[in-house]
Amino acid sequence: MAAMPISRRTFLAAGGVLIVGLGLENVGRPRAQTAHGADRFLGKPLAPDTVDSFLAVHADGSVTVFVGKVDIGTGSRIAMRQLVGEELDVPLERIAMIEGDTALTPNQGATAGSYGIARGGVQLRQAAATARQALLAQAASRLGRPVGDLEISDGVVRARDGGPSVAYGELIGDRAFNLRVDKAAPLKSPHRFRFIGKSLPRPDVPAKVTGRHRYLHDLTLPGMLHARVIRPPAIGATLVSVDDASIASIPGARVVRIQDFLAVAADSEWNAVRAARALHAKWTGGGGLPDHATEFESMRASRVVRDQEIARRGDLAALSTPGPGTRTLNAVYRWPMQTHGSIGPSCGVADVRGDRATVWSSSQGTHTLQATCARALGLERDRVRVIYMDGAGSYGPNGADDAACEAALLSRSTGRPVRVQWSRQEEHGWDPKGPAQLLELRAAVDRDGEVAAWETQAWLPLATANLPNVPILALDAAGIPQPQGRSTGLIYQNVDPPYTMPNVHAVVHWIGDAPLRTSAFRAPGKVANTFAVESFVDEIAALARVDPVEFRLRRLGNVRGAEVLRRAAARMGWQPRPSPRPADPGAAVLTGRGIAFVHYKHEETMVAMGMEVKVERATGRIRVTRVVCAQDCGLMVNPDCVQSQVEGNIIQTLSRTLHEEVAYDRDRVTSVDWGSYPILTFPEVPALEFELIQRVDQPPLGVGEAASAPVPAALANAVFDATGVRLRTAPFRPDRVKAALAGR
Amino acid sequence: MAKLALTVNGARREVESDDPDVPLLYVLRNDLGLTGTRFGCGLAQCGACTVLVDGRAVRSCIAAARSVVGQDIVTIEGLGSPDRPDPVQAAFIAEQAAQCGYCTAGMVMTARAVLATTPRPTDQQVRDAFTGNLCRCGSQDRVLRAVLRAASAEGR
Repeated sequence: MAAMPISRRTFLAAGGVLIVGLGLENVGRPRAQTAHGADRFLGKPLAPDTVDSFLAVHADGSVTVFVGKVDIGTGSRIAMRQLVGEELDVPLERIAMIEGDTALTPNQGATAGSYGIARGGVQLRQAAATARQALLAQAASRLGRPVGDLEISDGVVRARDGGPSVAYGELIGDRAFNLRVDKAAPLKSPHRFRFIGKSLPRPDVPAKVTGRHRYLHDLTLPGMLHARVIRPPAIGATLVSVDDASIASIPGARVVRIQDFLAVAADSEWNAVRAARALHAKWTGGGGLPDHATEFESMRASRVVRDQEIARRGDLAALSTPGPGTRTLNAVYRWPMQTHGSIGPSCGVADVRGDRATVWSSSQGTHTLQATCARALGLERDRVRVIYMDGAGSYGPNGADDAACEAALLSRSTGRPVRVQWSRQEEHGWDPKGPAQLLELRAAVDRDGEVAAWETQAWLPLATANLPNVPILALDAAGIPQPQGRSTGLIYQNVDPPYTMPNVHAVVHWIGDAPLRTSAFRAPGKVANTFAVESFVDEIAALARVDPVEFRLRRLGNVRGAEVLRRAAARMGWQPRPSPRPADPGAAVLTGRGIAFVHYKHEETMVAMGMEVKVERATGRIRVTRVVCAQDCGLMVNPDCVQSQVEGNIIQTLSRTLHEEVAYDRDRVTSVDWGSYPILTFPEVPALEFELIQRVDQPPLGVGEAASAPVPAALANAVFDATGVRLRTAPFRPDRVKAALAGR
Repeated sequence: MAKLALTVNGARREVESDDPDVPLLYVLRNDLGLTGTRFGCGLAQCGACTVLVDGRAVRSCIAAARSVVGQDIVTIEGLGSPDRPDPVQAAFIAEQAAQCGYCTAGMVMTARAVLATTPRPTDQQVRDAFTGNLCRCGSQDRVLRAVLRAASAEGR
């Protein structure tokens, strides 16, 4: 196993010399396609088992790749090129990329679950490897030499001992490969990597920092109307009447109503905003939301639809009948409902003409959205084309799919292309939320400090099997039938500890409902579950008076997992001792360190997260001063992009842990802006350090989510180390921390 | 119909608006096609819409266009281009200090305003100056490094 630690310095060295012009896209004004001239590929194959679905080699030797997985700011736009460039031996600046266009890219599934590279990239790489073999065979025939004599450099094939050469363009030049992707096509050996493993700069960054990058939000079409949707004052309210005259003074403003779906549209965006503010409408109903103050009690008391056993090893006799000297421990962990909080509110643009529709969206699932829009419009799926364009970063389904469907309905109603732009209040108030989670843990610790029994019980809202999409607001409002149900992501994973323990039971009590619409939110479920599991492990280690790192290492059978734990501890300068540290009772500021580990989904990326904190006794304010993250995600195609994702996981999840909770009254969400739903700010960002392990001989694992999971527990464990107080309810707001400190 | 004469990125631009109170953001994006300035909240809470007005960082989502008539407005497009980035932009590129990039223009403009008054800021000064700029992807650490890198490059 080749393990090459990558330091920050090598990232920069690699990145610094390679800032080259990869600006192949987003040139000039926004276009109807994701890339210039993309429509010339219409009619190309799309089946995900066919080489031509993934790539085309042109007469000039340049390559276009077609990727169903989209780059939502993660860097797949360079990493995918690295994979293809490597297998085809083509310089990356000669590779154009088309993402998430239902007419042009294969359906590789939604960009979700950290599978962009791990699955989507791996598929693409295999297609490129298949193409390489085909090109080599053609070249062998053309040059009259056996394949074994040939080598490829920058898309030109020649014999190693010289002689004539032939370029890709001459061999295939815009013709189809007509080949199935060969799962056995050999991949380039790591020792010959030119691109994979290098921190090459992302092609979209120069345009993003100079304001030239074209986002979905910037797309304009001839004759396009700007629209704003009018939300009811209460979830579930119905529209009684609309006073069209209330916007009569605003030039070009008009009302569109389809049952309870209400919107205004105007030629100018500001007039649409003004009309939305001015429109008088009467609504009735609402009041159907439960009491937010008793959310977790309600979850605990909810009718359980069914139980799902996640782990069952041995028995829990040590809990029911503890032996002499065995101590038992119980703890309840609560994770609040949270919003995705994209910095740009969702947007959708649609052009519906007769029985055809084109929809531009920043959705993470363009192919799913294609079917959803078709349902909204009553069209056959193949009559709808959905084209991905960059939006503000999303971390699971936010309002993007809703906005797209709203634009589609409004375009059909008005007969014009329509752009729908959500407000900040709509995004905070109406995007589907990451659900609240409640976990109760019990353990029996025998006199030797061994965990004689472990039990996890989790109360989680049940996802609806095979639900095609989050139920769309506009379809419900407009009375258009759609499958009803709940989407959450795989929130049951990692409810059981990743350690060798003889007696472990973990069960999820699926409850039927949640107060608001839900969807997957980055590392769905795993953030709360790892918060509970890794905090509880820390509680047990403290009870047993064992150092938290040592406690974990003794029970961690996974060699790669143990390495990330050791590396994180070593980088932190971890001094072995039990938590909490002996506190100075007079100190105004208490300091501590904590660690947490996750083996994501028990089968993917391994992360150890170390944290150092200061806690102000008088205010309850927590300051995270240092974070050390060690991670093994197999092959890192682009280590700097991996690090960027890890940075995002850490900072965003610190924000979720310290600050974030959706608030609602009986009618609607009340945390509808950054004042009422604050997130982490610059002064709170800690020093970040990384130990990212490069394993070139291993498959790539996901990086977009895993490092989120151990953040809350690492923080809670550090606070416990500092204060001796255990925080089991997020967010760790100062008032809550202060109360916990006072109650000690 | 209100007529407004604005000075944007060094050029005089005339626009008409149905509403005399139209915010600068909508004039920049929709009338002048300067879409690098972004709508984030409309409440001056996130900083995505930040532009420079006479060198000061201003939230264009709440600033009425008529309130900046006669003043020197600079947007992200007025700094540099992908081929010829301004030193702050070059530092952001060198640090790869963007993920989705939606907040980035506001970050770059805030950096320009900070460096105008504090050419060699400390890490803490940059953090404090950026309190009103939100990033959800988690690029803050890179943004901090980029601003300090730009300060260092310009200070030479």
